[in-house]
Amino acid sequence: MASVELTDVRKVYGSSVEAVKGVNIAIEDGALCVLVGPSGCGKSTLLRMIAGLESITGGTVRIDDRTVNDLGPAERDIAMVFQNYALYPHMKVYDNMAYGLRNRGMPKDQIDKRVREAAQTLELTHLLDRRPRELSGGQRQRVAMGRAIVRNPKVFLFDEPLSNLDAKLRGQMRVEIKNLQRQLGVTSVYVTHDQLEAMTLADILVVMNAGAVEQIGAPLDIYEKPASTFVASFIGAPPMNLVHVTSDGNGLILNDGTKIGATGLAVPGEGAVIGFRPEDLEVAADEKSHAGGLVLELGILGVEPVGAESYVYGIVGGERVVVRVAGRSASQTGDSLRVIIPREKLHLFGKDGKRLND
Amino acid sequence: MIENNPIGRFIAHFILILGIVIVAFPIYYTFVASTQTLQEVMRPPLSLLPGAHFWENYKAALFGGVGRIGGVGVGRLLFNTLVMALGIAIGKIVISILSAYAIVFFRFPGRMVFFWLIFITLMLPVEVRILPTYKIMVDLGLIDTYTGLILPLMASATATLLFRQFFMTIPGELVEAARVDGAGPWRFFKDILLPLSKTNIAALFVILFIYGWTQYLWPLLMTNRNDMATIVIGLRKMISFADADTEWHLVMVTSILAIVPPILVVVLMQRWFVRGLVETEK
Repeated sequence: MASVELTDVRKVYGSSVEAVKGVNIAIEDGALCVLVGPSGCGKSTLLRMIAGLESITGGTVRIDDRTVNDLGPAERDIAMVFQNYALYPHMKVYDNMAYGLRNRGMPKDQIDKRVREAAQTLELTHLLDRRPRELSGGQRQRVAMGRAIVRNPKVFLFDEPLSNLDAKLRGQMRVEIKNLQRQLGVTSVYVTHDQLEAMTLADILVVMNAGAVEQIGAPLDIYEKPASTFVASFIGAPPMNLVHVTSDGNGLILNDGTKIGATGLAVPGEGAVIGFRPEDLEVAADEKSHAGGLVLELGILGVEPVGAESYVYGIVGGERVVVRVAGRSASQTGDSLRVIIPREKLHLFGKDGKRLND
Repeated sequence: MIENNPIGRFIAHFILILGIVIVAFPIYYTFVASTQTLQEVMRPPLSLLPGAHFWENYKAALFGGVGRIGGVGVGRLLFNTLVMALGIAIGKIVISILSAYAIVFFRFPGRMVFFWLIFITLMLPVEVRILPTYKIMVDLGLIDTYTGLILPLMASATATLLFRQFFMTIPGELVEAARVDGAGPWRFFKDILLPLSKTNIAALFVILFIYGWTQYLWPLLMTNRNDMATIVIGLRKMISFADADTEWHLVMVTSILAIVPPILVVVLMQRWFVRGLVETEK
């Protein structure tokens, strides 16, 4: 049990490639922190720096109020679950889990007790005598988790642990990891590029882009108030719609010159980006019921029914917009659709992508 | 390709059996000759059935001492060759696995320089550097010693490269998992790298053992004393230019004895291979 604190952590490869640019994150004891971002954003590098597998160019990493910058991975009291599980192929499941404990010189009976306990928690008991290649992907994943659990470490580190599983199993393991983490109460850092995983698992969500933190916060706070257009388009599926607008004093003008009514948003002179979630659009039955909202006329490009809901892809002012409609949509490709977005559901970003309204 | 055509099967078997006969018959003939007296061997035509002097000839060759090689028994030659072949095989494997380990898993100054140095030696076969090597061995006083026989043949670029290629296929995550599990460099080598290299080691051992067993030029230079000769050298010395001077039945015995250990190694290790192959299969 421990807190993890990153202060101005930086990583420079060679002399100029800056992979991580001054990251500050504080993770409380027992919390699950998810680092999310597109590939190459530095999230894995950051995790490996916490693990001690990557040297730290600048800043400090503190685990349980102890600076661990100069400690090796084994001395940091962490356990890591790797993307490809990294199980020792020649060892049985039991030995895979016991190896780290043996290296620490733990007495045999104690190792046995711990391994069997962990195996029980993860329902691996009947697999203890198998070798990794005789296991399915999900089972290997569990063994990798087991190897982390038996160590009883201060911090769990997960490096995209579910990305090699099929979609169904991934959903299942996601719930298991969450429950296990709650149950054990071990501070965890979890790296993923999957925003769904990030949203569902995180106590604290850290959205990263190009080596820097874009936003830190509770998942739903980030969802509701993304700090930038990057976060807005990364969190949520389908992503938030972003429409560029300029203001001529009494109304807003879209990219292609279409005038739309004023919304009361303070759009700066140089233009701005208005964002709205696909589910916040309402199909307007008549024109009078939407005072204060943004009214848009979409040209429909296509409709995707996915069962419980449908995604209507449209174009407005030369920019693509997705509308999420409950049930089936009566719209057809080529039709036009009038939608309104209530005033309070609008997000306003500046030209630089930073959020303007609150 | 799997057909159950009786004629095809017959032809396939016929060709296989023919091949086996072509390969095996000379060996059988050698064996037949090794069980007869010198007179019987010298008087053509040679019988196709083994003679009655098996124990006698083999005992004479192994323990009696053979005149043309200074009365040294073939047993001694076999022992010398075994020491040399094992020394070369084990020494090469130990050195090359360690150097490959250093080159692949450690960052140290001059890493690539060392790699290329090893690599370049591939271009220099033993025969090219034989004179300087011989001079060094003479200066070190290693003529007629096991060390002299083994040491120069131990350094191996081929085996180092082979292990390097294999080590490079080991995923980085495995190395990192071991680090997180608290395995230092030595533990990682012993607990993870060695067990994973088992099949490679077995394959190399077979190849290198036979390489060492069949060495001719180097032992010829390095040994003067008959009791330090290897089996191949002994065999050569036993054959005189004058036919009558050669104890052909004992030459045949020696030939048979010379091919038994390599065959044993291949047969025994082959089972190991198969197990290794099955195990790595996913």
